[in-house]
Amino acid sequence: MNARHMLLAAALLLAACEQPAEPPQGFAGLGEQAAGFAPVERGRPLQFPADHGAHPGFRIEWWYVTANLRDVEGRDWGVQWTLFRSALRAGPDAPDWSSPDLWMGHAALTGPFGHQSGETLARGGIGQAGVEAQPFRAWIDDWALRSTGGKGIQHLQMQAAGKDFRYRLQLDSDGPLVLHGERGYSEKSGRGQASWYYSQPFYRVAGEIEHAGQRHAVSGLAWLDREWSSQPLAADQQGWDWFSLHLDGGAKLMLFRVRQADGQHYQAGTWIAADGRSVALRGAQIRLDELAWTRQANGRRVPTRWRVRVAEHGLDVQAAAIEPHAWMATRYSYWEGPVRLIGSPGGRGYLEMTGY
Amino acid sequence: MDMLRLGLLALLGHWRRHRLQLFAILTGLWLATTLWTGVQALNGQARADYARAQALLAGSAQAQLAPRRGERFDQAIYLQLRRAGWPVSPLLEGRLYFAGAEPLSVRLLGIEPLTLPAGSALAGQPVAAFDLRAFLGPPGQAWIAPDTLQRLGLRAGEAALTRDGQRLPPLQVHAQLAPGVIVLDIGYAQTLLQAPGQLSRLLLPADFAARAPALPAGLAPLLQLQPPSAGDDLQRLTDSFHLNLTALGWLAFVVGLFIAHAAIGLALEQRRGLLRTLRACGVSLRGLMVALTVELGLFALIGGLAGVVCGYLLASLLLADVAASLRGLYGAEVSGQLSLAPSGWLLGLAIGLGGALIAGAGSLWRAARLPLLALAQPQAWRLAQSRWLRRQGLLAAALLLLAALCWRFGASLFAALAMLAALLLAAALMLPVLLDGALARLVGYCRGALSEWFVADSRQQLPALSLALMALLLALAASVGVGSMTEGFRRTFVGWLDQRLAADLYLMPRDTAQGLAIAASLEGRAGVEAVLPSWRVELRLQGWPVQLQGVVDQPLQRRYWPLLEQRADAWAQLAAGQGAMLSEQLARRLKVGLGDRVSLPADDGEQGLTVVGVYADYGNPRGHVLAGADWLRQHWRAARLTNIALRLVEGQVQPLSEQLEQRYGAQGLRLTEQATLKRWSTEVFERTFAATAALNALTLAVAGVALFISLLTLGHSRLGQLAPLWALGVGRVKLAWLSLGQTLLLAGLTVTLAMPLGVLLAWCLVAVVNVQAFGWRLPLHVFPGQLLQLGLLGLLTSLLAAAGPLWQLARRQPAELLRQFADER
Amino acid sequence: MLIVDNVCKSFATAQGRLAVLRGVDLQLPAGESLALMGESGSGKSTLLHLIAGLETVDSGRILVDDVPLQGRREAELARWRREGIGLVFQQYNLIGSLDVAANLAFQARLAGRHDPAWVDYLAARLELAPLLARYPEQLSGGQQQRVAIGRALAPRPPLLLADEPTGNLDEAGGERVLDLLLELVGEAGSSLLMVTHSARLAARLARTLYLRQGRVQAVEA
Repeated sequence: MNARHMLLAAALLLAACEQPAEPPQGFAGLGEQAAGFAPVERGRPLQFPADHGAHPGFRIEWWYVTANLRDVEGRDWGVQWTLFRSALRAGPDAPDWSSPDLWMGHAALTGPFGHQSGETLARGGIGQAGVEAQPFRAWIDDWALRSTGGKGIQHLQMQAAGKDFRYRLQLDSDGPLVLHGERGYSEKSGRGQASWYYSQPFYRVAGEIEHAGQRHAVSGLAWLDREWSSQPLAADQQGWDWFSLHLDGGAKLMLFRVRQADGQHYQAGTWIAADGRSVALRGAQIRLDELAWTRQANGRRVPTRWRVRVAEHGLDVQAAAIEPHAWMATRYSYWEGPVRLIGSPGGRGYLEMTGY
Repeated sequence: MDMLRLGLLALLGHWRRHRLQLFAILTGLWLATTLWTGVQALNGQARADYARAQALLAGSAQAQLAPRRGERFDQAIYLQLRRAGWPVSPLLEGRLYFAGAEPLSVRLLGIEPLTLPAGSALAGQPVAAFDLRAFLGPPGQAWIAPDTLQRLGLRAGEAALTRDGQRLPPLQVHAQLAPGVIVLDIGYAQTLLQAPGQLSRLLLPADFAARAPALPAGLAPLLQLQPPSAGDDLQRLTDSFHLNLTALGWLAFVVGLFIAHAAIGLALEQRRGLLRTLRACGVSLRGLMVALTVELGLFALIGGLAGVVCGYLLASLLLADVAASLRGLYGAEVSGQLSLAPSGWLLGLAIGLGGALIAGAGSLWRAARLPLLALAQPQAWRLAQSRWLRRQGLLAAALLLLAALCWRFGASLFAALAMLAALLLAAALMLPVLLDGALARLVGYCRGALSEWFVADSRQQLPALSLALMALLLALAASVGVGSMTEGFRRTFVGWLDQRLAADLYLMPRDTAQGLAIAASLEGRAGVEAVLPSWRVELRLQGWPVQLQGVVDQPLQRRYWPLLEQRADAWAQLAAGQGAMLSEQLARRLKVGLGDRVSLPADDGEQGLTVVGVYADYGNPRGHVLAGADWLRQHWRAARLTNIALRLVEGQVQPLSEQLEQRYGAQGLRLTEQATLKRWSTEVFERTFAATAALNALTLAVAGVALFISLLTLGHSRLGQLAPLWALGVGRVKLAWLSLGQTLLLAGLTVTLAMPLGVLLAWCLVAVVNVQAFGWRLPLHVFPGQLLQLGLLGLLTSLLAAAGPLWQLARRQPAELLRQFADER
Repeated sequence: MLIVDNVCKSFATAQGRLAVLRGVDLQLPAGESLALMGESGSGKSTLLHLIAGLETVDSGRILVDDVPLQGRREAELARWRREGIGLVFQQYNLIGSLDVAANLAFQARLAGRHDPAWVDYLAARLELAPLLARYPEQLSGGQQQRVAIGRALAPRPPLLLADEPTGNLDEAGGERVLDLLLELVGEAGSSLLMVTHSARLAARLARTLYLRQGRVQAVEA
């Protein structure tokens, strides 16, 4: 997934050099050199619960939750909760205001009314935002994702609020963590760009969302992504399309495609069986085709209906946006929203598209 | 079109023969526009800078949360609010001192760019477009306006050193930044201001604040929500200063118009024949009026352009003084560099055009009603004059009534200035009436034929000279009034300062703890006669910023705190925590007097005290309350020990201050010797009135020019009146002397009348205008020496003005006088 | 006794010097009257101005009781005008800022020879008594000229110079004013030199002198 989110994260750090929609150096500067930051190197085993926490030596990092929900009337809702950390410079962490970390939270609610997003920013070092591994707690202002018991991130409470919405959800999982790529080492190009990447895709969700003063009890499925890196994109990579899908029957699927300037896209994914066993998918095993486009608030056209094929696992479905205008009107804008799978098997999931 | 062109050519031909008149008209318009534009440019620059200061954090109709007590609060409160979902942004403010011969200081503003309300702009730059990496650093950036950079003698990119040796992030110039401010990240600000973990204010997006959210429990006693408008104190505080300048600008404008009016009127009189001829030749009335108007427009354009240019020059000459005044009086930062706004040019031209129209309207009206056939009617000057005098007198009476009404019922600065304007105008209109009356009486005392003629002829000259005399009257009276006020204020102020600054050394500790430590170490020490600590709390009373100061009861304190009025046991009551003393301006604003109760918002609710004394607090735009130190500390936990006054044994100042500097200097203690403090205060004062005095002198000069030009233009028509006398055997030189005598007689009477008017004006200024503008009333001082000096100056001005034309008269060839007879043949 | 001896006077003009008087002689014994006639530009007024000391001669002499006018300083000339002569102009030239009474007495007081009774008498004779408090602008032309005559005669000047005193008046009015003038000149004991266009008026004086192109053409007794 993820590359997705990186963009945003990185966006933060570059806020400085605000760039046109198609930056020469990859979306939001994710292709920039990462001198001085910790490199992502194959072979290091991930360690939990420590790796649930922040990784100060790395340049960017995120905690990313998407949830596909339904209310008692059977209407579909989507919820996003994201916390990005991005370091302005390499080097040791510093106390108080001189901390190099910037934090950015994004939250969104998609539903019958449409789509709404919220954003909040904070400096590191003063306690306004941060992540602690044990017990797990990630927060920025009044938004939080925190453990309510159990091991690691098994049971989480998730809350956030935007201009006209708020939500408070309980996430519970008994499935295992899923490590993408090579035991968490996830390549993002054929030239060595990579990130550490794992997920917890097995959350069951229950809770309450509130929109425009109306409260709705909801339940459904959620997927948490964790990723950190120092330079996840190659210089000529412009953006990505990313899917996290809950298939009817309990299997899960993560797919992403990093678009390159030369038209050669880098694809990869992970097939996750209902029992939690996973296999990495190579680019050649995946076919993604855009079927329909929707013009967004920024005037760009974005594919909102896709044909998704993974022949080896007998998957050939369409993924259609529930709300084609799920545009994130944040400082660095992108598309992120729930999709419905049409075909067999059916299912639900989330789609993120950047760099359009 | 041809008609217009020919008409215009014929009309303009007049000026080739009467260059002096042309000069007079242009000079009048030029001077009027110059002074007006100059003042406008000064005010405009200042206002633009206030706006810059206010727009420092634009979108800054922002509301804010300010501490209820003290000036700073803990950063934890910020985090608490953020976690409660409040979109607040932290801000730390303070003053940063730089080393230099004169202590240089700037306002340091530490901001947090990530949380600034969406849509904010800093120095014109949207927050979203910040180069965050550069701004946050390290090394970070210190934003500064070019004028501040220049004032501090620093260069862009330099990492400046503060007086206590701390290094700023590299300076980065931002043209749109307010003057006198350095903006940087809050982290650097906390370090530089030695306020780790401390904040001054929290900014809130206006839309959030508009919902009037309730503060989380526990914070309500600590913070208060201030609506967006609370930030414009500066504008309000300085308004009166600018209004005063504006009034002066208008005065000069009116005087300048007098000149133009006189010259235009004379030109019309001389062109009566020409106008008739033109119309007899078939130029339509309409065409003639258009031509005259176009001619007037040309004058306005030339005079206006020159005026705007010179106005800006004048303003740039005075700006440094005005800026210094504003900084000294109000702490308002105004750039020392004038920026030219295109709207300013247009406005200046428009005012020049408007002035020309006003000055020429009467003449145009008369030209429109000029009969086609000249009737050989003798000019009924006496009848016309008495009608004119009656009209002037009635108008003056009406204006006097208006002035009286303003005085009796007005309660604003505007009313006070309206009263002043009405009074001055009434006096000006009354002048010819009074002069005529005086001359009429004088005739009774005349014995000789010549002296009788002398007086009678002076009366006849009145209408022609009256405008110039009025200008002289106004300028002189203004000089006397403003001079008396300034000089009176100076004496009062210096005397007050002498008393107020009776201690030898003043210490400003970094914080209360340091202050207490220093005070304790000095108490009872050899060479130290008295240690007077004072405690401070900032409040708002009826929306006005007020400083509450707590002092200890010591004989020295009593001595150096002069009171305007007091109850018998004032100081004892103060020490006992039962009484408070108020600054004069605060007492006026709150409308309280001795014996009344004032209520102050303390930690433990409103605390009432009896007013036992009122003192002068000149130059302080904020309110000031004096209370007992113990009482103050009891009710305001956050009260800070802000300064310690020391009375020392002779010769101890130098050694002790060196000792203290060495011991505490690096820890933020600041010391000021009495002499230095007094010098600064006096300098501020001097500069405050430097601009006023300059404008005043210019106005007097304009009046002199008005008189000169009136006399010059009158010179020609005077010949007709003087020629018969010459024919009857009065020599030319004698005639010239007589004429000079006449001018001096009229000017002398005017000067004589200007003196009491000036004193009246001074009274209005100190007792009415100052009270409304600044909140303090000054004793009325009259300085006979100053009056005499100004009177002589007035006479000298008239003498110089009269000398030129009379010199010409005395040198006139008899042939020219003869022509008076021959012409009539 | 006024003696004008071979007086020449020229003026600078754009076309060069213009000779106005080219050697004029005349004598006017004390108490006598003389009319000065001639076409426009013949030099009558210039001659009058020279005698009044308003201008100075180029050559020749003007003697008053054997004392020449030329060579006198400005102050002495002013004194001559004040005390030696009375002047009546065609345009009256009254002093606008003074009332009739003050105008009448003006020159006499200037000359230090104010005789209130004489002035009162003059006012009465000139029918100005009811008008004494008025100002010149409130008078008719004839009234103004009578004031001018009164003013000129009030100091009893040895010589009265009149430049077309009735030029602005109608014929009847002119006659009347002249009658008064002659009568009062007689009573004051002054000589009279009067410039006029009118032969009929000139005939009322003792002698008439004709000027033509700056020279004396004829003298008639």
